[in-house]
Amino acid sequence: MKPPAKMSKPTSLFVIFFSLFVMSEAVFEDQVGKFDWRQQYVGKTLFAHFDSHSQSSKKLFLATDKNIFASFNSRTGELFWRHVDKAGPEGTIDILLLHGQDALMVVGGGRLLRSWDTNMGGLNWEAVLDTGSFQAACFVAMQDTVKHVAVLKKAAISLHYLTNGHQKWVENLPDSDTVQYQAVYSGGEEEVYVLGVVPNSHLTIIAYSLEDGEIIKQRSVEAPWLSSVESSCVVVGHGVLMCVDTATLALYALPIQSLDLEVSPGFQPVLVSSQPHPARSPISEFFLQLGPDHHVLLQLNADGYTIAPLRDFQPAFLVSFSTTGEKTVAAVMTPKNETVKKKKNVASCMWSYSSDVFPPQLYVHAFLKKDDSVGYRVLVQTQDHALTFIQQPGRVVWTREEALADVVTMEMVDLPLTGTQAELEGEFGKKADGLFPMVLKRLSSQVILLQAWLAHLWKLFYEARKPHGQVKNEVTIETLSRDEFNLQKMMVMVTASGKLFGIDSKSGSILWKHYLENVQPNAVFKLIVQRTTAHFPHPPQCTLLIKDKDTGLASLHVFNPIFGRKSHIAPPALPRPILQSLLLPVIDQDYAKVLLLVDDQYKVTAFPSTKNVLQQLQEMASSIFFYLIRSDQGNLSGFRLRKDLSTERIWEVVLPTEVQKIVAVNGKRPNEHVHSQGRVMGDRSVLYKYLNPNLLAVVTESTDAHPERAFVGVFLVDGVTGRIIHEAVQRKARGPVHFVHSENWVVYEYWNTKSRRNEFSVLELFEGTELYNSTVFSSLDRPHLPQVLQQTYIFPSPITTMEATLTEKGITSRHLLVGLPSGAILSLPKMFLDPRRPEVVTEHSREENLIPYAPEMPIRTEWFINYNQTVARVKGIYTAPSGLESTCLVVAYGLDIYQTRVYPSKQFDVLKDDYDYVLISSVLFALFFATMISKRLAQVKLLNRAWR
Amino acid sequence: MASVPRSFLLLSIIPTILILCADFACCNTGRKTGDGLDTDFSGFSVPLEHSFEVDDVSRFRMRGALQLRGGRETSVSLSQSQLSEEDRNTLKEVAAVDGLYKIRVPRVSLTDRQTERQMDGYLTAFVRACSLVESHLSDVITLHTDVSGYLIGVSIVTIPGACRGTEVEDEVDLEAFNTTLTIIVPTNAPQPETALFIERMDIEHEKRGKPQEQKSFFAKYWMYIVPLVLFLMMSGAQDQSGGGAANGGGR
Repeated sequence: MKPPAKMSKPTSLFVIFFSLFVMSEAVFEDQVGKFDWRQQYVGKTLFAHFDSHSQSSKKLFLATDKNIFASFNSRTGELFWRHVDKAGPEGTIDILLLHGQDALMVVGGGRLLRSWDTNMGGLNWEAVLDTGSFQAACFVAMQDTVKHVAVLKKAAISLHYLTNGHQKWVENLPDSDTVQYQAVYSGGEEEVYVLGVVPNSHLTIIAYSLEDGEIIKQRSVEAPWLSSVESSCVVVGHGVLMCVDTATLALYALPIQSLDLEVSPGFQPVLVSSQPHPARSPISEFFLQLGPDHHVLLQLNADGYTIAPLRDFQPAFLVSFSTTGEKTVAAVMTPKNETVKKKKNVASCMWSYSSDVFPPQLYVHAFLKKDDSVGYRVLVQTQDHALTFIQQPGRVVWTREEALADVVTMEMVDLPLTGTQAELEGEFGKKADGLFPMVLKRLSSQVILLQAWLAHLWKLFYEARKPHGQVKNEVTIETLSRDEFNLQKMMVMVTASGKLFGIDSKSGSILWKHYLENVQPNAVFKLIVQRTTAHFPHPPQCTLLIKDKDTGLASLHVFNPIFGRKSHIAPPALPRPILQSLLLPVIDQDYAKVLLLVDDQYKVTAFPSTKNVLQQLQEMASSIFFYLIRSDQGNLSGFRLRKDLSTERIWEVVLPTEVQKIVAVNGKRPNEHVHSQGRVMGDRSVLYKYLNPNLLAVVTESTDAHPERAFVGVFLVDGVTGRIIHEAVQRKARGPVHFVHSENWVVYEYWNTKSRRNEFSVLELFEGTELYNSTVFSSLDRPHLPQVLQQTYIFPSPITTMEATLTEKGITSRHLLVGLPSGAILSLPKMFLDPRRPEVVTEHSREENLIPYAPEMPIRTEWFINYNQTVARVKGIYTAPSGLESTCLVVAYGLDIYQTRVYPSKQFDVLKDDYDYVLISSVLFALFFATMISKRLAQVKLLNRAWR
Repeated sequence: MASVPRSFLLLSIIPTILILCADFACCNTGRKTGDGLDTDFSGFSVPLEHSFEVDDVSRFRMRGALQLRGGRETSVSLSQSQLSEEDRNTLKEVAAVDGLYKIRVPRVSLTDRQTERQMDGYLTAFVRACSLVESHLSDVITLHTDVSGYLIGVSIVTIPGACRGTEVEDEVDLEAFNTTLTIIVPTNAPQPETALFIERMDIEHEKRGKPQEQKSFFAKYWMYIVPLVLFLMMSGAQDQSGGGAANGGGR
């Protein structure tokens, strides 16, 4: 680490001491990447193309469901560049076409047509398309050169120049209210064909002139068996439309020009064909899928009427074509291995994948090797959103875990102790059985420690001889152990696709992954740490509650967060929808916290539900309270547990839904510590904080959206007694409301509809200058309402998410971590959000170090904790305490994942890297000797005086 | 609606400490919600019910009647009867087993009499029976309304609130409730106080800015300009006269 630039060489003890506290807040250039890392993701692939423009190209182009167009290095899987469009339907990528150096994209349901330069990733041009929902698009070639692109909308077809995006012509489609136009095709002639269908009646084929968009031909073919062109028809060979009849399992070949019908025996509904170059006709071979694992390769004969079967593939899940030069290969994925077949002679490559991540997409790239044989590369997108790139002999070149682009929730778990530490811990954990065995046990663990130490020394000695660069500690699951200050933790991340990841927080490497099958796409996840790493012989235990949003039915997945392995503990069966889950501080005999699940009949299931736990629950039942919130009815209600694990409703608060609706409810984090009970004011009296651990912050928004009448309501409700502690209304305001609830304060952010700006408001609760009961807090015995202070500020930016820092003991001052839409994460000192900031500076306020009130909250660029490492579409920020009081671990997730450390009160408990040990020790020694010498001198002097 | 801006203005002047505006029983409260319903309702009454059972199954009985007055000025009062001998004994028994004393009021609107009857459901709150007994039935009941005058919650606390296990010997202490009744309307959260801040900034600017502006350029830097002019005059006097001085002065 570079010494802070503003510090001069420390010359005295005082300066050394002081320099510990004065450290610049921003990151120095050489600190970049030392404590932080970022990983960029793109999401699930919708379209993928290989850059076949040049032989040595290593580019790969992807368009994803997160509205991202990205380019990868196909050798390493690293991102070259990435374009993040608007989230939601406005930025949806409808189609991605690649030709030469141009990548063409239709965006936002047919709103925009874009052309990208694939070399640099720059935008060539962008054209706004006429309104209408997008159906299909294809390149249109003329005399072997591709010059146009045709875009088919619901009621119109338009032709655009490839060079500048200008529209050549646009034509309305005839009878577009009855005919569903679904496909557009060009085979390199002077015509563009549009295929439409009237379901179960007939097929319409219109040929447009390329020059002026005139209709050259228009035909209608009786096809009462056909319902959709898209799913059951392909163009094969020289303009022959091949359709499959799903009902009678017949295959129809439909030469577009001659319109002759030919029936040949066929079966199942999916056809796969390939058109290698837009200027030429599609190849005459095509696949017919007969069942989920049965494909047949067929060939349309040169006469255009007869079909010959080439080869039968069973079992085969996925098929794909790829062309290089004059050669076309068909790739077939079979369940055990993957075979790449080149016309007739088979080359195969094997790679293994678990059957639970059945791959839904397959992209094959064929290329000519130097000896003119054909080589293959395969990109496989599996169901767990992993993207795997395979080379011909079956070597997995790289894998990208794109599921991490959609992290839903996460927890950080302490790493286990090292083997030797655990051995010592275990010694104390075991039951004492006599003096002699204990001595033996102690001796054996000492021997083990000695062994470990010798091994460590040997390793040091061995590695010292090697060049420095090679000594790189690879983090593997075996070598995982807690560091001195507990700065390295295991990040357990739950993604929307149902894949769980264990990531090392120091390096960002994925240490384990586990794919949960049968997770519904609308599932809600809640991750609970039931047992931490602190109880050594027992492994740590996490429980994931997976709840179907519609039915409310839930299931539990219990696993070890360090290794990702599923626990052998059987979770309880949950036949009824789950309304609420709560983690009790009650611990069973194996040190696992008890999880209570409340179902829709207000019955409680405990997990684990051993006899010990049930007994404890019975004893504690009358002091276990919980709350339920039904935001659709505006109903908040509280319950108390009975001895027989049934519940009784004890309070009810109803916010009429005609006036306002509950948008968010937030309690406090259970692992939060507050060090200081109060605040010392300027006159030396103490203002005590109202620290109610059961307090809920309920945020509502008005149903009336009129800017003058809209409001945001903030209710502070006690979760045990249902008492409304505070009720405030922010007038002329609307959401989205982001808020943080911690200690004795709530900070919320909203949109001011009158002034059209974002505003921050802070509420702080104080008991006053006297505590009611200083020893213990009970919601049932706190009759006086707290004083509430509130102040509001203007914030010059919209925000996307907000979280507060968290430290081990709560001594360090708090910062708010604010995720901005720009991807920056702002560390805003809570000091700026203090309702006691005075309007007019007085002696007392200066004494208290209160910043004078200013209506606008500053955004300083040095407060961005992620400097230029922006986190695209930041969705959540997770904070965790570390073993160092000054340090808080931060993970921001969204499209990207960013991990760093923050020091809200600077690193007051850490010596700097450039700490001058030599100086301080020499000063100490000098002082020591000086006292020795002066003592001796004084003695001599005293002796002399005595003799006199 | 005219009352809204005025209330904001008031709010922007009062200092930052917002103590919950709690208005006590039978007192009129200035409603800040600005609904502006001019019709002055004659008060209406809703039942206040309570339940205390040894087996903790709620069986609500009449405790008293709440007299509510909506409209511009909200007020509430409570008339309640004494506890019967039987009730007193039950309450003591419930307190002995650490049972709950629950109260409930129906959901009503203070402003809109039409919807009052349509809304179903109750607002419930509880307090430990032992603390009610030990406080000699002195309780504080608070009713909360939302911006449009609907009752949204009720709460009950006793003073003192703790259960210390002291026996209440005197039966007379458990006869009549000593109730403090409060109705709380939502407070308006403050807006950013820009006007005051700008005013203050202006004053500071004036303080700091004025003496500096009054001094002219020449008045400030005469000690540099005069020697320069003199120097130029001295050096220029040998060849030409006056040219340099004119330049210096013109700057």
